[in-house]
Amino acid sequence: MNDMAPTREQREAKLEGMGCKRKRVEDARFTQGKGNYVDDLKLPGMLHGDFVRSPHAHARVISINSEKALKVPGVLAVITAETLKTVNLSWMPTLAGDVQMVLADGKVLFQNQEVAFVVATDRYAADDGINAVEVEYEALPVVIDPFKAMDKDAPVLREDLVGKTSGAHGPRKHHNHIFEWTVGDKDLTDAAFRKADVTIKELISYHRTHPSPLETCQCVASFDKINGDLTIWGTFQAPHVIRTVVALIASLPEQKIHVISPDVGGGFGNKVGAYPGYICAAVASIVTGKPVKWVEDRIENLTATSFARDYHMTTEIAATKEGRVTGLRVHVLADHGAFDACADPSKWPAGFFNIVTGSYDFPTAHLSVDGIYTNKAPGGVAYRCSFRVTEAAYCIERGMDILAQKLGMDPAELRLKNFIKAEQFPYHSALGWEYDSGDYHTAMKMMMETVKYADLRKEQAAKREAFRRGETRDIMGLGVSFFTEIVGAGPSKNCDILGIAMFDSCEIRLHPTGAGIARVGSKSTGQGHETTWAQIIATEIGLPADNIKVEEGNTDTAPYGLGTYGSRSTPVAGAAIAMAARKIKAKAQMIAAYRLEVHEDDLEWDIDGFRVKGLPEKTMSMKDICWAAYNSVPPGMEPGLEAVSYYDPPNMTYPFGAYICVMDIDVDTGVYKVRRFYALDDCGTRINPMIIEGQVHGGLTEAFAIAMGQEIRYDETGNVVTGSFMDFFMPTAVETPHWETDFTVTPSPHHPIGAKGVGESPNVGGVPAFSNAVNDAFSFLGSTHIQMPHDFWRNWQAAKRLGAVG
Amino acid sequence: MAKTHITMKVNGAEVEGLVEPRTLLVHFIRENLQLTGTHIGCETTHCGACTIDIDGMSVKSCTMFAVQAQGCEIMTIEGVANADGTLSALQEGFRMMHGLQCGFCTPGMILRAQRLLQENASPSEEEIRMGISGNICRCTGYQNIVKAIQYAAAKINGTEFKEAAE
Repeated sequence: MNDMAPTREQREAKLEGMGCKRKRVEDARFTQGKGNYVDDLKLPGMLHGDFVRSPHAHARVISINSEKALKVPGVLAVITAETLKTVNLSWMPTLAGDVQMVLADGKVLFQNQEVAFVVATDRYAADDGINAVEVEYEALPVVIDPFKAMDKDAPVLREDLVGKTSGAHGPRKHHNHIFEWTVGDKDLTDAAFRKADVTIKELISYHRTHPSPLETCQCVASFDKINGDLTIWGTFQAPHVIRTVVALIASLPEQKIHVISPDVGGGFGNKVGAYPGYICAAVASIVTGKPVKWVEDRIENLTATSFARDYHMTTEIAATKEGRVTGLRVHVLADHGAFDACADPSKWPAGFFNIVTGSYDFPTAHLSVDGIYTNKAPGGVAYRCSFRVTEAAYCIERGMDILAQKLGMDPAELRLKNFIKAEQFPYHSALGWEYDSGDYHTAMKMMMETVKYADLRKEQAAKREAFRRGETRDIMGLGVSFFTEIVGAGPSKNCDILGIAMFDSCEIRLHPTGAGIARVGSKSTGQGHETTWAQIIATEIGLPADNIKVEEGNTDTAPYGLGTYGSRSTPVAGAAIAMAARKIKAKAQMIAAYRLEVHEDDLEWDIDGFRVKGLPEKTMSMKDICWAAYNSVPPGMEPGLEAVSYYDPPNMTYPFGAYICVMDIDVDTGVYKVRRFYALDDCGTRINPMIIEGQVHGGLTEAFAIAMGQEIRYDETGNVVTGSFMDFFMPTAVETPHWETDFTVTPSPHHPIGAKGVGESPNVGGVPAFSNAVNDAFSFLGSTHIQMPHDFWRNWQAAKRLGAVG
Repeated sequence: MAKTHITMKVNGAEVEGLVEPRTLLVHFIRENLQLTGTHIGCETTHCGACTIDIDGMSVKSCTMFAVQAQGCEIMTIEGVANADGTLSALQEGFRMMHGLQCGFCTPGMILRAQRLLQENASPSEEEIRMGISGNICRCTGYQNIVKAIQYAAAKINGTEFKEAAE
């Protein structure tokens, strides 16, 4: 008989727990066209709403005439700001403490701003209605260049704020100023610069771009007039937050609001905030008594529903002549567009940009950020990154390369010299963070050995000589990037959204046959939570992952959570899952002790159940404990086996990684070729290596897009000139490089399973790797810094400016 | 607006409907036929999420009127699985190679890959990348999609699938 008993390895493999490349549960429906996305929803009598949008970037709205539109067959209503005023919803609060027009109230402040909402029987009729709405505008002068926004005679954009000398984040120093945020020791930093042997100063801009998930933002709102219930199905990364926002702004009782995120076709930060479409669909449903669907098209998505970055970072580093950094000083001009609709934790107007000291042991630093209004779309979302962390990583990683160039040092050597050492963790940074764990030197050296870094530098030197001799027109660049992320927002002591602490949650309920359901406050937008959350539970409580159903996104059934963004799912929700599982395990131990007639302390855990210490044949499997929980629990114990955990993280987690991009650029055409890209990530404990690798591939591809061309660009009158996939760079399989991935594992000491989060690391580390490669290629021609994005045209222009092309 | 009667064959079944001349084929498929596996990502023919197979060609169904499909033979993602309900080689390949994440591009990607493998049974990596370049994926970075298609090609051809070394 003993020969037949499964081995420990077999028992462990059967669980498909943490560390297993478990195939995804979601794929059965997604590969067969059976996903449930918002636009797939069709309710009886459902109407369609769509927006009349402004062609102007800044204009007064003289009149809106809906008369003709209301005569269009199928059109039922045209909602304007005047309509919304009757229910006090013409403006809505933003997550950043500002207010935003839902529909144009007196004027418009950016191109494609929502002006009126046409409700019709189908999407074609709604479109006909839009074309029949007559809006008269009086164009006003625009502010597009952020550096001119605070000119004395700059046009006043936000008339609603006239006379207000302070905002949600302190004093305003100009009518187009939103906030100034400062961190660090200014005097000490200034002194470090006075004493420095070497300093650098560069304006490093991170251009405006857009997350652009393949599924645009959309919703269906359905108001039940009899019961007073409002149900909203939407593409929400944070459904609970949406429910609370709706309760607060629409004065509806929160138990009457049901928010459901079904399958979401990618998010990348785009689907965190609340947009006018949601409000208008809800109002239209309340007005008409019918379900109303709103689905934005791609052009609307790119031009109106949020943006990312637009940070202009004046970066200064002080150092000794040996290359030891002694101070960092950064000033950011942050272009927030027409309304401050950043999706940051409430107390952080510039997100966690104060991670800008990066992976380096800066003795002192000072940071100031000025947020300003311009005639551009509102937003400032974290496009596949924790809040403003990718801007910070780009700033310091570019800065370190510029310093290396000035010192005549190798960029990798400069980094190795200044890294925070493994023994310094937990490390307190000059700008206030406590880094949990890291081993930067090991990761960097592993990267350098794998790609044979020294040989690449030799090849580059030879190529440069050949270029000078006129034997080649190709230049070669090595883009080194070493990033430290800060994710898992966040501890209640410093992180909240609209006053709600940024915890996350899990409820696990086990059934008698050794199966169960886990409901979680996070919301997968493609990360595969249905697969990986079950793996955590499998390892923690010893039931096969296949036996655990994972459910997210329904605010009526899932416990309250703050959602999925800023790589917070694994650090926060993942921890809640492990903690809920441990509560179950503690009760299971009591049941097992009772059934095995021993003391609890005489039991030890063994893969999939408990065994009596010293008597390995005396065991009780978790499957049997589940059954016992429903019929023979110890006297006085409640039956059943379920637990809830709300996890308030004690600290953020700090994933890190070493990346390198090897690139060749033809100076005559500006055409680049990514010869090699190697990414080493350390995200602590790895739950599903297959999914991690997929996340890294995807994040690197987005980083590639952003660094090499993806930009939301405006002309001088405020027209968006990159408003479709024709102009907005979306890499296809042809342009996308081949990715090499690698890893080290430095667990987080404070996280229950030691995991740190990974989804956004490749975007954060990838952008500087690409940009540093381009800049490194051009550096020997006398260039210090070339602004992103580095498309063929700009590369060619750089070559021309540097005298490499006639 | 006056409506036109149209008939076509979708996933092996004869279907009919009344549509306005301006109705896009993708809307007819999604809303009239309730086959919602075909997705809309851009409405400007760039993203490929709406790719279906029409009379032996890959077509972006957001850029064709329903009336233009009169009499055509169409396959959508709902018709891809094997007759016994098991996953086709491509569907299995996408699952095995982690060739999808959010799943929104997947139906179009699979329909395109299926036609590609009918045009070229053993495509090289470069041919696969070129062959799916009309379909945008925002999640995967394409590398695992390429592997998924290679996996399916090997399975269909009865050859051994070797995962390329990293």
